[in-house]
Amino acid sequence: MSLATDPPSAVSPAAGGARRVTRSRPARARAALAPYLYIAPALLLFAVFVLAPFAHTIWLSFFDWDGVTLGSWVGLENYSDIFSDSVIQRSFLNVLVLVFFVAVIPIVVGLVIAATLARSPLRGMTAFRTIIFLPQVISTVAVAVIWRWLYAEDGPFNEVLRTIGLDSFTHAWLGDYTWALPAIGMVGAWILTGLCMVLFLAGLQQIPGSLYDAARVDGAGAIREFFTVTLPGLRGVLAVTTTLTVVWALRSFDLVFVMTRGGPGTSTMVPGMQIYQRAFQTGRVGSACAIAVVLAIIVFVVTVGINRFAERDQR
Amino acid sequence: MSRSGEKLLTYAILGAFSLAALVPIVGVISLAMNEPRELVSGFALPDRISLETFRYAWEAANFSTYLQSSVIVSFAVVAATTFFSILAGYAFGTMRFRGSTVLFYTLLLGMIIPFEAVVVPLYYDLRTFGLTDSYWALILPQVGLNVSFGTFWMRAYFRSVPRTLIDAAHIDGASPWRTLWRVLLPPGRPAVVTLMLLLFMWTWNEFLLALVMIQSEEFRTAPLGLAFFVGNRSTDYVSLAAGAVIVALPVVAVYLILQRDFIRGMFTGALRG
Repeated sequence: MSLATDPPSAVSPAAGGARRVTRSRPARARAALAPYLYIAPALLLFAVFVLAPFAHTIWLSFFDWDGVTLGSWVGLENYSDIFSDSVIQRSFLNVLVLVFFVAVIPIVVGLVIAATLARSPLRGMTAFRTIIFLPQVISTVAVAVIWRWLYAEDGPFNEVLRTIGLDSFTHAWLGDYTWALPAIGMVGAWILTGLCMVLFLAGLQQIPGSLYDAARVDGAGAIREFFTVTLPGLRGVLAVTTTLTVVWALRSFDLVFVMTRGGPGTSTMVPGMQIYQRAFQTGRVGSACAIAVVLAIIVFVVTVGINRFAERDQR
Repeated sequence: MSRSGEKLLTYAILGAFSLAALVPIVGVISLAMNEPRELVSGFALPDRISLETFRYAWEAANFSTYLQSSVIVSFAVVAATTFFSILAGYAFGTMRFRGSTVLFYTLLLGMIIPFEAVVVPLYYDLRTFGLTDSYWALILPQVGLNVSFGTFWMRAYFRSVPRTLIDAAHIDGASPWRTLWRVLLPPGRPAVVTLMLLLFMWTWNEFLLALVMIQSEEFRTAPLGLAFFVGNRSTDYVSLAAGAVIVALPVVAVYLILQRDFIRGMFTGALRG
């Protein structure tokens, strides 16, 4: 154990009356073993319930298996199918559309709020922050229920449109081939905007006030101040929020499952929904696992890539 | 723009986004206060406030059972994950041992592996052992997944503890175990509380695992019960609203009481994939 090999501590001998612990050989062996005993439960549970199943996912992705009878080895066929299967392609394209809503909107909004606040800190921030953050803590299934109602045919959304005389704009939003996906995207934006804003505000507090003073002395206006001080200072947070929201779009499942099940047609299909349907409804477990592996790789690349990018720029 | 004008604009922007966050929530609460199965169109305050629909959801629609399952699962996952994370975080944060770096980064993989990539074989593997359709199927995988973040979080705390504190305890003859619980952990209470809050929120709101693992109604968690409720009463928006409020309330209540710890935790929690 490290304590035995560490250099003498900075604490004065008076502190402990120097009651040296002398150890016999078995005791020392036990001490060397100690760290492993401390990490064993966590590591074991992680290995059994996350790492091993993930390895199993990779293994199963090389099989054609219906989940019941014996599977047969098909090599990379499940992967080549991904490039020819139009439903899978659609599900990944839909993720790109979702990224626009859940990454671009919350980040732009978060930046705007951060930029205005940078120049004039306010009273009552805590209350605003608590409220704007609220959607983030609500169960996604409950959020889906709320928005199913808002989007319903005679729900509040259409009601408002009718009231202001835009009857022709009313839709059965979630049953519409064109509008269902943007409608779900807006829900994602509703969930994630608060989180992004809070992260940007935290980042803002890390920027030294002297930089703003200097910019003001130089006569910088609000816009120049934003581009020379605020934006560069928020680069790290920008990386975090981008990663977070893009991964959220890639992994979206709960919302889609409750609101549309991927429909109408495949207009709101997402990879998570495909994995679920193939693995548990249509008996194509191998194909589901191949999608899962691809999804994991994309999530990994996005996470590592964006953070590499942010770090390189920082230098 | 003048200073006060700028301030006004900021308030206007913040106010607008606060409204956007609040209106759907307030709308659904007021919807739930109508009589059960009433047809309500648009935003409208109920003529008279009725809690009848909540009673209906709680009793007839079995939300009491779903909440009970969620309480059991959340309690077990939060307790076990916190305990194991403290142990592992302590070792990774204060001890030097062979392989510690590799093991730590392996554990961190759990923060970026999407659960969708684990859940399919997990179902078939657990079924082999007869563990599906039980609380175990929900508890064990979530502990396994969450110890990643928990260990990461607790390690950061233990590394922030002054080295001299550990050495002093050692010189006093305290065993590592005693040092952990009597010396290092008491000042770390805020870190532990924040971790437990995050774990509680994640576990309570988890949906995919429950959907895959659970068949019997008695084991359904709150979000899963609500999803089935949507399937059964697709357009009964009043009852659905009551269900959504019941499912969301526990986490929202905890959040409103402890929002400071919550939001601080989310900064780091956000980094979890």
